[in-house]
Amino acid sequence: MSDLVAALSLPFFQRAIAAGLLVALGSGLIGVFVVQRRLSFLGDGLAHAAFGGMGIGAFAIVTSGLLGSGMALLNNPIWIAVPFSAIVAVIIYLMRSRTDLSSDTAIGVAFAVSVALGVMFFSLIPPDTNLGLSLMDLLFGSILGVRRIDLTVMLVVVGLASVIMLATWGALAYATFDEELARSDGVKTGALELTLYVVAAVVVSVSAVVVGVILMAAYLVIPAATARLAARTLAQMTVLSVLFGGLATVAGLLLSFVLDVPSGATIVLVQAALFVPAALFARR
Amino acid sequence: MHAHGVTVQFGDATVLQDVSLDLEAGCFLAIVGPNGSGKSTLVRVLLGLVQPLKGHAALFGEDAGAFPERIGYVPQLKTFDRTFPATALELVVTGLRRSWPGRISPAEHRAARAALGRVGAGDLERRPLARLSGGELQRAYLARALVREPDLVLLDEPATGVDYLAEHDLYSLLERYQEERVTGGRPATVVMVTHDLAVARFHADRVLVLNRRVMGFGPPSTVLDDDAVRAAFGHHRHDHSVAP
Repeated sequence: MSDLVAALSLPFFQRAIAAGLLVALGSGLIGVFVVQRRLSFLGDGLAHAAFGGMGIGAFAIVTSGLLGSGMALLNNPIWIAVPFSAIVAVIIYLMRSRTDLSSDTAIGVAFAVSVALGVMFFSLIPPDTNLGLSLMDLLFGSILGVRRIDLTVMLVVVGLASVIMLATWGALAYATFDEELARSDGVKTGALELTLYVVAAVVVSVSAVVVGVILMAAYLVIPAATARLAARTLAQMTVLSVLFGGLATVAGLLLSFVLDVPSGATIVLVQAALFVPAALFARR
Repeated sequence: MHAHGVTVQFGDATVLQDVSLDLEAGCFLAIVGPNGSGKSTLVRVLLGLVQPLKGHAALFGEDAGAFPERIGYVPQLKTFDRTFPATALELVVTGLRRSWPGRISPAEHRAARAALGRVGAGDLERRPLARLSGGELQRAYLARALVREPDLVLLDEPATGVDYLAEHDLYSLLERYQEERVTGGRPATVVMVTHDLAVARFHADRVLVLNRRVMGFGPPSTVLDDDAVRAAFGHHRHDHSVAP
């Protein structure tokens, strides 16, 4: 117990909890619609788009001479990863809405191209370059290594995304329930879907740096799926999705500290530990 | 309701061609025709969901889609997501606020409960939509349409998947709604897509026989003769007479 109290007093651990709760908030609000619209693959696709954007961003920083310039805010590939992921989200939306391709096919194409671009650009960076983040951190996350500047960026981005999600919640929910009915009532369903994709891309990009590209999709899907099993209404599902994500974050971080195991993986396993009983006791 | 020369194409396929009609307020119009005749597309044009290639459609003197709050739409039941966590009460409240309710106000609750009671579905209030039968769902959707006291009720094949009694109740409810509106001095129009020619004959006061183009439009007694039905449905011989 004293170990846990000691952990909670450590600044890096406090930053980790704050970052994890921000990821849980953003992905919890978005995940409800991802799950209800059967877009579970979207989280994976956008996280890998962030990987591609990080590769391009890291290459741009190294070749532009910004690396080591002392401009901490600019010296971060996230500034390329966020707009790159947003553009990928728009491309996925356009492929889905203007062709006969299904969502998972459109996401699959974007996913593959983004990873290829990421690998390509990371390979162009000299191996002895100190970027301040490793490829392993990017893939598996480094929540305990979150800096104050990262937290500030996340606070702004996730805060803005949450405001947008809450402001559009009623219309998005209506369009998710029955697109034609919503359109007949004047709801701009296409614009809402595009907004959902872009907001998801931005939140996933900043969050993927914290929890890792590979585990990001879990944050977007598992808490919302658990909430779906426990909720009778979409409003309940939304609240529970954020709560389950937050609970798994705090519990996972504390467990990983005590057991000395990777934090990201522990958080996802705690999410699964909440999901399993919900699935076992769910009524149809 | 006014439509003039409405032509709709999806790709190379002409779904509606030069469809024109005028309908005065307070009528009950049944739109009949074979599968693929453009019945549902015409409804979607009237809702402003599909833009015609040529011609135009107007409701209440303005372009179709201008006044969604004056229309109570009952879509085909297959269009909604059955896995969506929702209660019948929430569905009805969408008819009041035209978005999904996060929290339902006491005034909305009272209005939605009254609308469910009006269609004989007061006991469905807290029931999840996923657990409703076809007939119960149809009542919930009708309550959603009527809760906003619409000037036009648009129904797209509302009898699909419901039993005879539920179907009969639906027509009674619609006729009662029209009577109430006439009594209140604000007549309401009903437009319903149906496959059932007998329903069109006995419940509608205007019938539109459609097969991509208008094959007949007018009172059922003059439109639903065997020749018109044969022309619309493409049968050389029809086994079932539509005569009363």
